[in-house]
Amino acid sequence: MTAWTGISEIKQKIAETSAEEVTASYLETIGKSCINGFITTWDKALEAARGIDTGGHEGPLAGVPIAIKDNISTTGLSTTCSSKILQGYVPPYDAHVIEKLRAAGAVILGKTNMDEFAMGTSTESSYYGATLNPWDAARVPGGSSGGSAAVVAAGEAPVSLGSDTGGSVRCPAAFCGVVGLKPTYGCISRFGLISYANSLEQIGPLATNVADIATLMDVIAGYDPRDSTSINRENTYSNAMKDDVKGLKIGVPEEYFGEGIDEDVEKLVWDAIGKYEDMGASWKKVSMPHTKYALASYYIIAMSEASSNLARFDGTRYGFRADGDNWHVMASKTRAQGFGEEVKRRILLGTYALSAGYHDKYYLKSLKVRTLVKQDFDRALAEVDVLMGPTMPTPAFRIGEKIDDPLSLYLADVNTVPINLAGVPSISLPCGFVEGMPVGLQIIGKHFDENTVLRAAYSFEQNTEHHTRRPGEVA
Amino acid sequence: MVYENPDGVRIGLEVHVQLNKLNTKLFCGCSTDYHNDEPNTHVCPVCLGLPGSLPVINERAVEFAIRIGLALNCEIVEQTQFHRKNYYYPDLPKGFQTTQYDYPIAGKGKVVIEGEDGERVIRITRAHMEEDPGKLQHIGTIEKSKGTLINYNRSGMTLIEIVSEPDMRSPKEARRYLDKLRSILDYLEVFDGDLEGAMRVDANVSVYGGDRAEVKNISSFKGAERALLYEIMRQKNQVRRGEKIVMETRHFDEARGVTISMRTKEEEHDYRYFPEPDLVPLRVADRAPAILKALPELPDAKRERFLQQYGMSGMHARALTTEIKVANFYEEVAAKVDPKDAAVWVADILKGELNYRDLDIDAFAVEDTVAVIGLVTENKITEQSGVEIIRTVLDHGGKPQDIVKERGLLKVEDDIVAQAVEEAINESQEAVADYLAGKEKSLNFIVGKVMQKTKGRADAREAREKVLAKIKG
Repeated sequence: MTAWTGISEIKQKIAETSAEEVTASYLETIGKSCINGFITTWDKALEAARGIDTGGHEGPLAGVPIAIKDNISTTGLSTTCSSKILQGYVPPYDAHVIEKLRAAGAVILGKTNMDEFAMGTSTESSYYGATLNPWDAARVPGGSSGGSAAVVAAGEAPVSLGSDTGGSVRCPAAFCGVVGLKPTYGCISRFGLISYANSLEQIGPLATNVADIATLMDVIAGYDPRDSTSINRENTYSNAMKDDVKGLKIGVPEEYFGEGIDEDVEKLVWDAIGKYEDMGASWKKVSMPHTKYALASYYIIAMSEASSNLARFDGTRYGFRADGDNWHVMASKTRAQGFGEEVKRRILLGTYALSAGYHDKYYLKSLKVRTLVKQDFDRALAEVDVLMGPTMPTPAFRIGEKIDDPLSLYLADVNTVPINLAGVPSISLPCGFVEGMPVGLQIIGKHFDENTVLRAAYSFEQNTEHHTRRPGEVA
Repeated sequence: MVYENPDGVRIGLEVHVQLNKLNTKLFCGCSTDYHNDEPNTHVCPVCLGLPGSLPVINERAVEFAIRIGLALNCEIVEQTQFHRKNYYYPDLPKGFQTTQYDYPIAGKGKVVIEGEDGERVIRITRAHMEEDPGKLQHIGTIEKSKGTLINYNRSGMTLIEIVSEPDMRSPKEARRYLDKLRSILDYLEVFDGDLEGAMRVDANVSVYGGDRAEVKNISSFKGAERALLYEIMRQKNQVRRGEKIVMETRHFDEARGVTISMRTKEEEHDYRYFPEPDLVPLRVADRAPAILKALPELPDAKRERFLQQYGMSGMHARALTTEIKVANFYEEVAAKVDPKDAAVWVADILKGELNYRDLDIDAFAVEDTVAVIGLVTENKITEQSGVEIIRTVLDHGGKPQDIVKERGLLKVEDDIVAQAVEEAINESQEAVADYLAGKEKSLNFIVGKVMQKTKGRADAREAREKVLAKIKG
């Protein structure tokens, strides 16, 4: 197992050897992996690394290998969303973040496993099989960006990109003991991110430390005219790398410690808040009364949008195509055979929620709840600088434990989805271990106030040891 | 005279106008100039609906839409928004059409037409923006098709759907409304009505005692008139037989001139409209005043002005203001000759000759029109000669002045020739007698004299004929 190596160590290594050698060593590790984190490795990765060496690339990520979630479009590199329906689809264009990464000199190692179309909390719904948690192969890595978190935890990539619609970066970050950021909605262009629920999702970075998250954000965030929801706002994220939380006001939402939370997880999070107090911050309890409605609202909105977003996969233009005597039969069969169970469930539920007669009762009502949830955040964040709580109510559960019980899987998202409804930034970082499994602390900030969130996370990291612990060999 | 409308015919039209004068499509940078190009060459990830692609609104399309809304006397909404209309069809690459739903860019307007019994106001319900789907092409006939090809060049083109209230009472009024719409759009320079698919019509029709039927797939104005005539007859017959007319969607079969039932209301799609999350709401009301200010003079106003300023007949004023190009052409001509003469020549004669040849006003020059009118009004040529000149220019080219000479159309010249013939005969009685006695060659002598007198300006053959006619009396 390669030791965890951050961007600065990678740069050191490249200076001593070459980008090509560094990439080669990661590809070798990936080759020996048994966690099923990657779906595809890029056959031109070494060539790209060599190009960095010979071209004397001076970009901020020159030669730094990176893993990309398989729902982010990459020219010439298969992008499947872990679905059979996109089998063989090779995008003819790069997502905005990929353009940015390539320009910064990053070397794409390959595409990581995920829940099919990002619909899940465990990466078990992938057409390519489950990804295993590097800390315990019997457990899930979380999801939906399970591959992106697991490969970073397993040392198969120093950093990665995931996407977060209702916790899909933060959940696997928590379960795999790495750092993951869900930026403010509009912070990073979604151009090229294959939509699950457009109004909720953001691409987010995963890494072994907070500084690498900031470095990645400096590269991938920023305005893109091709995404109408992208916001034009300058920010230097690495400026937030200061070990200083004196006077920081922390709010702790009672609702985030509700029914179903693991006692040990609860204790670790309170320990972390205590640590912040030691470091000079203050905390107080805040109330976010609409949290209990957030989950239902989130799922209805996400499924409604998904039912429409996934309509384009009909076998006509790209990907998998079933046989049929006419177009309607072909398209129906393609969708019946190409989508997995969870995706079909969400398309059906979303279609239902948008149907005449139900639209107002479900979809419209969910939008109203969304507004109330947003107001909860506005109110709470008017009093404090950040909110803190557990990312996930429990440590990683066992593979197969919940996959047949969708409702209990949905419930695991209770602390992450309100953040997506509100569009605010949120980070998950390691704050301890329960029976050898990592636990994530979630820090939530105001719109576009990533820097306060990053500073709080960085300070915690500088004053604790949790992030230095690595998984052992996974057999 | 009041139009009775005995059958209670009510027609409302939904007109799709393709804004083909925009340079790029509604949500991407693809060029709109695809009409003569190979299939699927004007496409990109956005208009092909590739996974991960996102729409970006074409600001100029928004401006065009506001321009149209204002020209139709519509209210421009404060803030407009796009919705998704969800349905499956192979020409629809995203599985939904991005359109407008409860916040159309323009609402509540009106258009005035020449109705069955004088001026009639047709109320506009709304005008909204949406994207055009691709186009299907069946290999072979539709019954025995071996397959279907899809051309996405059209996919993502900007459409404005103009929806009227059911204020038209006859196919004729519907036709007038369509002509008026086209005229207004032509003035706004937002589209080229001659391009394929530039204007597409769906009609809602009902008669007393029945529900309405929607007739789709009408591809021309003539087709609209035919489809409506058929549909009204069908509904009237049904009512007469005591049968119920159900709310349904019908398809116009252009070849057979009939409408065929496609689906009843129970089978209608549930489009599951919801706001397009990839596009943000757009504030548009504040853009309207500047666009209104820059709006050109529209057909009704221009017609009024032509009546006042040039003293022409109402019929001429209408004929000259339907197309902006014709109106501009007329005004250029009217600046140089008597405007009333200009009206007659442009509206009645020139337009008639152009229509007969299916030509545009561009096919004839302003200066040539001025020249012809000048020749006629100065009494140099007959009106008939004027028409002949126009026809000659259109069919063979050339300038009026040359044609006058080539064809000897000058009236003055005719008189000179006639006088010369008279003189020549009077001076050559001997030769006349010789000719009458059978000496054919004597005629040449007389004709030679005519040519001498006219200094060669007469046509020899014509002179010969005239001499003969005179001698034979």
